Amino acid sequence: MSAHSQAIARASGSRRAKDFAFRLGMFLCLGLAIGLLGLLLVDVARDGAGRLTWDFVTSFTSIDTDQAGIQAALWGTIWLMGVCAVFIVPVGVATAIYLEEYADDTKWWNRLIEVNIQNLAAVPSIVYGILGLAFLVRGPLSLGPVILAGGLTLGLLVLPVVIISAREAIRAVPPSIREGSMALGATQWQTIRRQVLPAAIPGIATGVILSLARAIGETAPLIVIGAATVVAFNPTSVNDAFTAMPIQIFDWITRPSNDTNNYAPLAAAGILLLMILLLLMNSVAIWLRNRYEQKW
Amino acid sequence: MRDQPVTEHQDRQEETAGLRRPLGVRSGDGSPVPAVEGVPQERRKPREAIFELGDVQVSYGPKPAVRGVTFEIGKNEITALIGPSGCGKSTLIRCLNRMNDLIPTAKVEGQVLYHGQNLYAKEVDAVEVRKRIGMVFQKPNPFPKSIFDNIAFGPRVLGMKGSMDEIVERALTHAALWDEVKDRLKTNAFGMSGGQQQRLCIARCLAVEPDVILMDEPCSALDPISTGKIEDLMMDLKREYSIVIVTHNMQQAARVSDKTAFFTVELDDEEHRSGRVIEFDDTDKIFTNPSDSRTEAYVTGKVG
Repeated sequence: MSAHSQAIARASGSRRAKDFAFRLGMFLCLGLAIGLLGLLLVDVARDGAGRLTWDFVTSFTSIDTDQAGIQAALWGTIWLMGVCAVFIVPVGVATAIYLEEYADDTKWWNRLIEVNIQNLAAVPSIVYGILGLAFLVRGPLSLGPVILAGGLTLGLLVLPVVIISAREAIRAVPPSIREGSMALGATQWQTIRRQVLPAAIPGIATGVILSLARAIGETAPLIVIGAATVVAFNPTSVNDAFTAMPIQIFDWITRPSNDTNNYAPLAAAGILLLMILLLLMNSVAIWLRNRYEQKW
Repeated sequence: MRDQPVTEHQDRQEETAGLRRPLGVRSGDGSPVPAVEGVPQERRKPREAIFELGDVQVSYGPKPAVRGVTFEIGKNEITALIGPSGCGKSTLIRCLNRMNDLIPTAKVEGQVLYHGQNLYAKEVDAVEVRKRIGMVFQKPNPFPKSIFDNIAFGPRVLGMKGSMDEIVERALTHAALWDEVKDRLKTNAFGMSGGQQQRLCIARCLAVEPDVILMDEPCSALDPISTGKIEDLMMDLKREYSIVIVTHNMQQAARVSDKTAFFTVELDDEEHRSGRVIEFDDTDKIFTNPSDSRTEAYVTGKVG
């Protein structure tokens, strides 16, 4: 064997072993994360799959667990998400546009706003619940524990995430597009409105959907603002009292089961339905991203 | 830097500085625009000056990126800006349509007269300036829209009257692109070749009927065939437009331009680099008989 063929021969045993060990270690970590999640899902599915029927979706909750369903909570959640979306899309996008396109980074107040938005994204959700209780349900606005208050509270909670993801989408539009537009005599607003925003919409929409997917599972802030647990009607306006799916699930879990009433399968079925909604929302987000994302 | 032989032109220029106002050179307060060494003023007699630059200096932050720029850009002429990297050619061309306004730290001093009007006067609206002075960039930057919408964008935002179909066809025909794309106007512009994209950007610029077209290294990302097409197009366009082109390709400057400004980089005591115009003259003269030894060294390929 010549010196050259020796030099390019396979790496020594210990180097290859290390390479393999690291690969294996990382794969095991991945396996642990996915495995635990899978275990949880299988457990929930075993408890709840039998209970997840059309009747469950179309019935109101009841003391008779065989009759109980999740309809009021499902509609409550849909209403909440609607209010939340109507609030976060314009406010979040406008904030992101200001920070990306107009704000001068060298000014201290703009830097303060940026740092605060980053921090707000990490504030525990229960704090937003307290904020909602103090300012929306009671206090200055005194809306009461209604859908409007709940939707706005959840909106405040996810707004920082919406702003951050919208900023990223706007930043992904290359400066050359803005220059090309401005060089034709377009104003800054025309450039934003007709070039930057259309190119950023898929990214913004993805961020909004993922934010709503986070809001849909939030329980603590809704409990704090006083969402009802036993509701036997669908909301008809934003000023109605409401319950939501995570609250309904929490309520069922906390009730003691006995021979005649078994709440565990109800809760499991609720969890499954919530999971299905979440998966649907995430799928739409992924589809949007793959279908409309602009490659530059 | 003044070690090269003083030319006859410079002698004469120094004698007459301040006494004789060269054709078209005027400044807001009536004072003569400072002369630039090595620029024989007799030679530059454009029929009509579009831009008159007087001791222009552009800075990003405290130090100038380019300074001491004094020359005129004539109507229906192609003016080439050549010189090594970092000499401020692109910086200068971007202050002719106030694109530098988009960079918060950029500051323009000296005089930039456009048809005798100071472009940087308080009452001048940068958006109006850019309507009249179009720009084509180094890298083709079509909008992520259809070919049709790329052209129609400018006329739409400017509220131009008339049939959009006609405006688009006219612009594309003008940019020698119509025959290639007339059957796929609704397809995305990103599907075009690089050379077609750049001609689309030129067509987009023509659609808003500018007066001047600024081109910042328009062919640097293109192959020789596409470059040739764009050069042919420029020769064609100069009948109706005035063109300023920044180029690293000296053959290109020699082929297409009427006037050439040669820039170079100077280092100050603190090692700060700034650009400066060494010579401005007819392109023929710059390439065959330059007045300055540095110009000669650059255009003959001895340096740079």
